[in-house]
Amino acid sequence: MRIIVPLQGIVQGRGGLILGSLIPCALLYFLQFYLKRNRSSPPPHSPSESSANLPELAEIPRSTSRSTLSTRGSLRPVPVSSRAIAISKSRDSAYYTGLKKSLEDPYHPTYNPDGIIQLGLAENQLSLDIIGDWITANLQKSLLGEMRGDLNIRGLATYEPFDGLWDLKVAMAGFMSQIMGGSVSFNPAQIILTAGATPAVEALSFCLADPGNAFLVPSPYYPGFDRDIKLRTGVELIPVQCRSSNKFNLSIAALEREYKQAKKRGIKVRAVLFTNPSNPVGGLMHRETLYDLLNFVTEKNLHLISDEVYAGSIYGTEEFVSIAELLDTEDFDKNRVHIIYGLSKDLSLPGFRVGVIYSYNENVIAAASKLARFCAISLPTQCLLVSMLSDTKFIEEYIKANRERLGKMYALFTEGLKQLDIECCKSSGGFYCWADMSKFLQSYGVKGELELWENILNVAKVNITPGSSCHCIEPGWFRCCFTTLTESDIPLVMKRFSKVLKGHKAS
Amino acid sequence: MANIFGLEAPLSKMAISNAHGEDSPYFAGWKAYNEDPYDAKKNPSGVIQMGLAENQVSFDLLENYLEEHPEAYSWSSGPSSFRENALFQDYHGLQSFRKAIAGFMEKIRSHRAKFDPERIVLTAGATAANELLTFILADPGDALLVPTPYYPGFDRDLQWRTRVSIVPIPCHSTNSFQLTLQSLETAYADAEASNLRVKALLITNPSNPLGISSPRTLLEDILDFISKKNIHLISDEIYSGSVFDATDFVSIAEIAEERSHISSEKIHIVYSLSKDLGLPGFRVGALYSYNDRVVKTARRMSSFSLVSSQTQKTLSFMLSDEEFSLKFIETNRMRLKERHSCVVKELRDSGIECLKGNAGLFCWVNLGEFLEKKNREEELKLWKVILDEVKLNISPGSSCHCSEAGWFRVCFANMSKETLEVALRRLREFSEKIRGRRRSPNGEICT
Repeated sequence: MRIIVPLQGIVQGRGGLILGSLIPCALLYFLQFYLKRNRSSPPPHSPSESSANLPELAEIPRSTSRSTLSTRGSLRPVPVSSRAIAISKSRDSAYYTGLKKSLEDPYHPTYNPDGIIQLGLAENQLSLDIIGDWITANLQKSLLGEMRGDLNIRGLATYEPFDGLWDLKVAMAGFMSQIMGGSVSFNPAQIILTAGATPAVEALSFCLADPGNAFLVPSPYYPGFDRDIKLRTGVELIPVQCRSSNKFNLSIAALEREYKQAKKRGIKVRAVLFTNPSNPVGGLMHRETLYDLLNFVTEKNLHLISDEVYAGSIYGTEEFVSIAELLDTEDFDKNRVHIIYGLSKDLSLPGFRVGVIYSYNENVIAAASKLARFCAISLPTQCLLVSMLSDTKFIEEYIKANRERLGKMYALFTEGLKQLDIECCKSSGGFYCWADMSKFLQSYGVKGELELWENILNVAKVNITPGSSCHCIEPGWFRCCFTTLTESDIPLVMKRFSKVLKGHKAS
Repeated sequence: MANIFGLEAPLSKMAISNAHGEDSPYFAGWKAYNEDPYDAKKNPSGVIQMGLAENQVSFDLLENYLEEHPEAYSWSSGPSSFRENALFQDYHGLQSFRKAIAGFMEKIRSHRAKFDPERIVLTAGATAANELLTFILADPGDALLVPTPYYPGFDRDLQWRTRVSIVPIPCHSTNSFQLTLQSLETAYADAEASNLRVKALLITNPSNPLGISSPRTLLEDILDFISKKNIHLISDEIYSGSVFDATDFVSIAEIAEERSHISSEKIHIVYSLSKDLGLPGFRVGALYSYNDRVVKTARRMSSFSLVSSQTQKTLSFMLSDEEFSLKFIETNRMRLKERHSCVVKELRDSGIECLKGNAGLFCWVNLGEFLEKKNREEELKLWKVILDEVKLNISPGSSCHCSEAGWFRVCFANMSKETLEVALRRLREFSEKIRGRRRSPNGEICT
């Protein structure tokens, strides 16, 4: 181990005896300390590492063949970017921790009956069989035939557009119209296809805001937005609190207040981002509120992003109204409106990675279509979906059956909670209910909420999402997804809940 | 209520900048092709696309395989297999697929390096992998060193959203455009002098557009350099399967294994199935890092560019087929070598010099003698003439930031043999026209 130590002064006799002995000792000490730190010991295991809906594998073992130190080169660990450091160190919320834990000890009726029941994942498993059946009946024709044709004509001979095959855009436009009730039509030329709604939201954010700018987001909101939007774009999210007293509906007055606050703090707000049907509450936005929102963004010269990924997953008597409907009938500047969509929720195909940016702004379309190169949809998947989405009869049947199953499960689940004295905010869409467990908190606050959440996770062995992960300002609300359950699971879930809740009644 | 102020909600700086680089001739040529594409029967005088580095020579092998093995793409093992696959959005990716890719990469390198599937992060294409690595290794305002000439897409992939700058390292024809330690040192010093913090060196090996792989001695020098400067090395090896003679290619992976763990932590490899398998539309890229933190971070960030679980399943099946993968790699290599030889010979007979290459889907061709003056304007004029009159889209060296005018990248693997012959014939006629020579009309070109 060759060490170059600046001892020139000491060696030459300058600095005196004390320094002459002190400095080499100090240097030697620091060197030993440094070498110790860099010997091959695995990094401390980060317990909070996870990502939405994703399991964590065991820590990567360091390869022993590379543990010997080199005689050449720097001993300093090579730096990574501040963005990388942020993602490594981020103290993940209960949302991610809960997901991770349930994947380590998943419930199974036969193999692991005491495992954790996963109610923190907004995945719809209720109607996958219908899709599976269609695939079995149609795959050969739809995939290989189309694929060969497409690969020869489009994929290889010409430069394939990253923002998606035209045929898929056409099919998607039709599908979006169909699944949203048929009261509005979509133009394929305004569609950018991306590998999921996650990159769609990010790419759109890159187009609408500079680092340091902000979006106003009605809260509680989807925990994933914090990662999806903030991480690489540098855009901030400002929650606009909604209240149980108002059924967690958005109040324009609250929006105004947050906008003014941001302005005072010198933060440039660029857009309002809302999810409709909402996540985690599951409410549908009223036509009047949409209208007020359009007025608001027009007045403040902002963009409006409507995340409509759950548009087809409604089950109540209320009908879904897309922001697109208002643009059809009212005279607003369309250039400020953008819609996010995808097939992960409404068609239960999160693995296939299919998302949509729908914009009325041609500059946004131009920029986003170039960004699609970083997140393009795989060709075989596109081919499969062209067939599936064009089968409007199948889609009609699917929508009907899925709505029924969602509605049924919602009713059964919320009834079960009611028996436990837990009321839910009325939902009309999404895969979850928004449950009020505040009366069970030992202390009314985030701490009390997280204690209850931990008990439910560790003792009742059920994973649900606490409102604080969703930036809800009122403690005690929890999101419970019911679409990964079968009807027979519900009594078990309620029994598990009651185990913990009995001992948790606030005094 | 109409917008009474007539104000337009502003877009971001990124959206309105042209850092996407798509206004360059590299992309303009594609547009011309799309508007007037060659077809042997329907449009025999159309533009032949020679600006697209795609690999079509072995597509029949893939087609046959999928026909013979429908299990690869169908969910035949029951409804639960479809269900699982449809719901699978884990950013770790399918383990069987990572294993298959690791194995494939090892076969390409004749097992001279080992790849740990746990170090593979899947992304939707190498484009996403390169951008992802840049986000992880550099902050806005930092810089990456990249030897020229380089793939035009880097300007966009490495700089656009990341706000990181490329510092080009000019390379010259005097030594076949090979990177030297001297030029590395100079470029690094220049960057420092301009107050730019260099965070990494990115090399493409084999090189695009040169079509040459880096010799071992150069790679060792590079590793010493990055060690000394404490910067990262990104080795983009997406053309590794197209090295004509397997023994020619030395991957950074081979040398990384010889180095200490501290040095190798600076090394990251980018791979993709777009070039070697000829499946650009499938969007399969991979990032391989010897640095645990980078792997972890990249995995999380890959949420923005995951590979379709359907595609993972299909390709995992295919690439896990040892016999098929080996046969594919060998056959593909051989066919590319044949094409390359044919193109080089024909160009030579036309009096056009190619850089001596040993890999890739293209030739780096010197048309300098056709220029009135050796500068960028004249090069672009020539490019336009070849596009509009000869009806060939080839890529001008200036779009690859080449320091010398007159060089062009000519792709030969993205078309049928017959189309290639037509293209080469046109090029020969053009060359002769410029030189004032005549040629017998019946000569066969490539047999």
